[in-house]
Amino acid sequence: MAKEAADVNKMPKKNPLSLQIDLQKFEKATDEEKTQAEVMSESTSFFRDGMRKLRRNPLAVFSIIVLIAIILMITVVPAVVPYSYSDIITVNGKRDKSATNMAPFTYSKMEQKYIDEGGKVFPHIMGTDELGRDYFVRVAYGTRISLLVGVFASVIVLIIGVLYGSIAGYFGGKVDLIMMRIVDIIYSLPDLLMIILLSVVLNEVLKFDGNGILARLGTNMISLFIVFGLLYWVGMARLVRGQILTIKQNEYVLAAKVSGARSSRIIRRHILPNCISVIIISAALQIPSAIFTESFLSFISLGVKAPMPSLGSLASAARSGITTYTYKLVFPAVMIGLITLAFNLLGDGLRDAFDPKLRR
Amino acid sequence: MDNNYKPNPENLVEVNDLKMYFPIKTGLLSTTPLKAVDGVSFAIKPGETLGLVGESGCGKTTVGRALIRLYKPTDGDVFFDGKRVDDRSIGALRKDMQMVFQDPYSSLNPRMTVEDIIGEPLDVHKLYSSRADRREKILHLMELVGLNAEHATRYAHEFSGGQRQRIGIARALATNPRFIVCDEAVSALDVSIQAQVINMFEDLQQKLGVAYLFIAHDLLVVHHISKRIAVMYLGKMVETADADELNENPMHPYTTSLLSAVPYPDPIVAKSSKRIILEGDVPSPLRMPSGCPFRTRCKYATEQCAAEMPKLTDRGNGHMVACWNK
Ligand SMILES: Nc1ncnc2c1ncn2[C@@H]1O[C@H](COP(=O)(O)OP(=O)(O)O)[C@@H](O)[C@H]1O
Ligand code: SF4
Ligand SMILES: [Mg+2]
Repeated sequence: MAKEAADVNKMPKKNPLSLQIDLQKFEKATDEEKTQAEVMSESTSFFRDGMRKLRRNPLAVFSIIVLIAIILMITVVPAVVPYSYSDIITVNGKRDKSATNMAPFTYSKMEQKYIDEGGKVFPHIMGTDELGRDYFVRVAYGTRISLLVGVFASVIVLIIGVLYGSIAGYFGGKVDLIMMRIVDIIYSLPDLLMIILLSVVLNEVLKFDGNGILARLGTNMISLFIVFGLLYWVGMARLVRGQILTIKQNEYVLAAKVSGARSSRIIRRHILPNCISVIIISAALQIPSAIFTESFLSFISLGVKAPMPSLGSLASAARSGITTYTYKLVFPAVMIGLITLAFNLLGDGLRDAFDPKLRR
Repeated sequence: MDNNYKPNPENLVEVNDLKMYFPIKTGLLSTTPLKAVDGVSFAIKPGETLGLVGESGCGKTTVGRALIRLYKPTDGDVFFDGKRVDDRSIGALRKDMQMVFQDPYSSLNPRMTVEDIIGEPLDVHKLYSSRADRREKILHLMELVGLNAEHATRYAHEFSGGQRQRIGIARALATNPRFIVCDEAVSALDVSIQAQVINMFEDLQQKLGVAYLFIAHDLLVVHHISKRIAVMYLGKMVETADADELNENPMHPYTTSLLSAVPYPDPIVAKSSKRIILEGDVPSPLRMPSGCPFRTRCKYATEQCAAEMPKLTDRGNGHMVACWNK
């Protein structure tokens, strides 16, 4: 008790006219008060909170369901349907030359005969193409290729953009100035022209032998990836740099420096976790844009190498018989539409749920 | 930098003629130095507190950050425990010099749990032998600052301002430092919580023997905890004295006005009080007045004040004032 009184007397005297708080009126907080054993609400991490918001967004949930359905389709269909994307339909071991350009759920004469004789023929859900290949399998494969291209291209963009942008943003100053001027230059290059030029050059230079995925995709796709790696990352780099410049201002980054943390740790533990959501959202939005670019290139026959289908090359091939065989354009076009729409809606949903700027 | 400067071995922290200029772009190619801190000197003994006060924008934060080498000072010498603090030596000194920040919101990473926030300095300096040891140390720190150990796995955004500040203090204490810069560590808190946190700073000082540079814009807050107080104005130190001496016998016109700068709602009391109203705004540090930086707002200003910058001179008992006429 006496000690407490002494403590009070040690406090400064208040000017009697001052309205400043009189520290002598303050009491020392008791240990109990100091512990402040407040009842706190259920702990929620940023991630769980975001997931809850995402689940409440019907458009996002819808696009997740659509994407899951598409992914199921492209994995299950080629395994279940007994046709291959590159071979003409065979009936009972014999090539069926008559099975070209069939409408959905119809059978050729040979198949009909085989069925009448008691054989089983898997239906052509989307009909066949002009060479007599099952169109459903080709669309499923084409979707697979298009999605792969989209995901792969945006992974390339993600890796290069994040590395480049975080270095520029973190070190700032002259480093940032020079790095961002390079970005500006790359930004001004015409991307489609670069893709066309590169694929012409690569066609001469690169020769893929054998049956690897690269050889089957063809040099056009390789140049598409290269161009994505060379040109398309700049948007991501700009975004990451901007994010990092903002996050760097936070005092917790200074606190980490005061603690003696190195740059790599600060980037890893403090900066990236706080901009990762924005980065992932923008990478998700990059996927449909890559799919679209691929489709466009395939459409002007700079895409995947035949007989490998992609949604764009399927749509392109369907142009020739557009009045008679409209369904051949409809199926790949609907797929492209569904995929891009689903990714865009999902990206928006993710942004609403996880972007720190839109929270609270 | 003065290579011949010899620090006093009794001082834990010694700052001599510290200058921190920020280059400000004034044109396409031209830059003007913004003299945020312009020749500040002070010393802090082990286990002692120096209060640093001044209006917002006078360079207090910059002093703290340059001292702890978050900024590279333009000029001047900083010594810690007799050793010069520079780019080479700072790595080894980080453990001994810590900082508590002003903003309880932006100073804690929202993606980390309390445990990881407090544990970060332990991780960086590898101050534990096992996971269990790490956890035990963190819980001990939480207890030390009055946080409930059960909340170790929670995220910072779930805490109130005062509790967040305690988390920041626990983080600063993790490496067992000998010196902590408290940059307006209580300014953002409610008045009642301010007192609690200040009391805790004092308790910790008694228990751990840590020295503070306690920055605030409120003289009363600083007075409570400091042994000595330094008053800054526009990047320069204008007065420094023992806390009680400064409170009872302020000499510099700026300090006097700071001590009376409290609004009175009662007009009669206000009239009868000797309140000194500061006229005009703080000049921009980019366009510093000649001579005494305070002369644009000082009622005692003379011609000499405009011509020459007054030096800090001892007026007895270590009461230093930089003023021609007081
Ligand atoms: N990083 C910086 N770059 C440029 N100017 C700065 C920087 N930090 C502070 N300043 C300027 O230096 C002056 C002092 O700022 P600061 O030290 O934050 O003052 P205080 O903490 O006393 O409010 C202000 O005029 C501010 O604008
Ligand atoms: S030196 Fe002159 S202007 Fe400056 S505070 Fe003293 S009297 Fe005022
Ligand atoms: Mg400040």
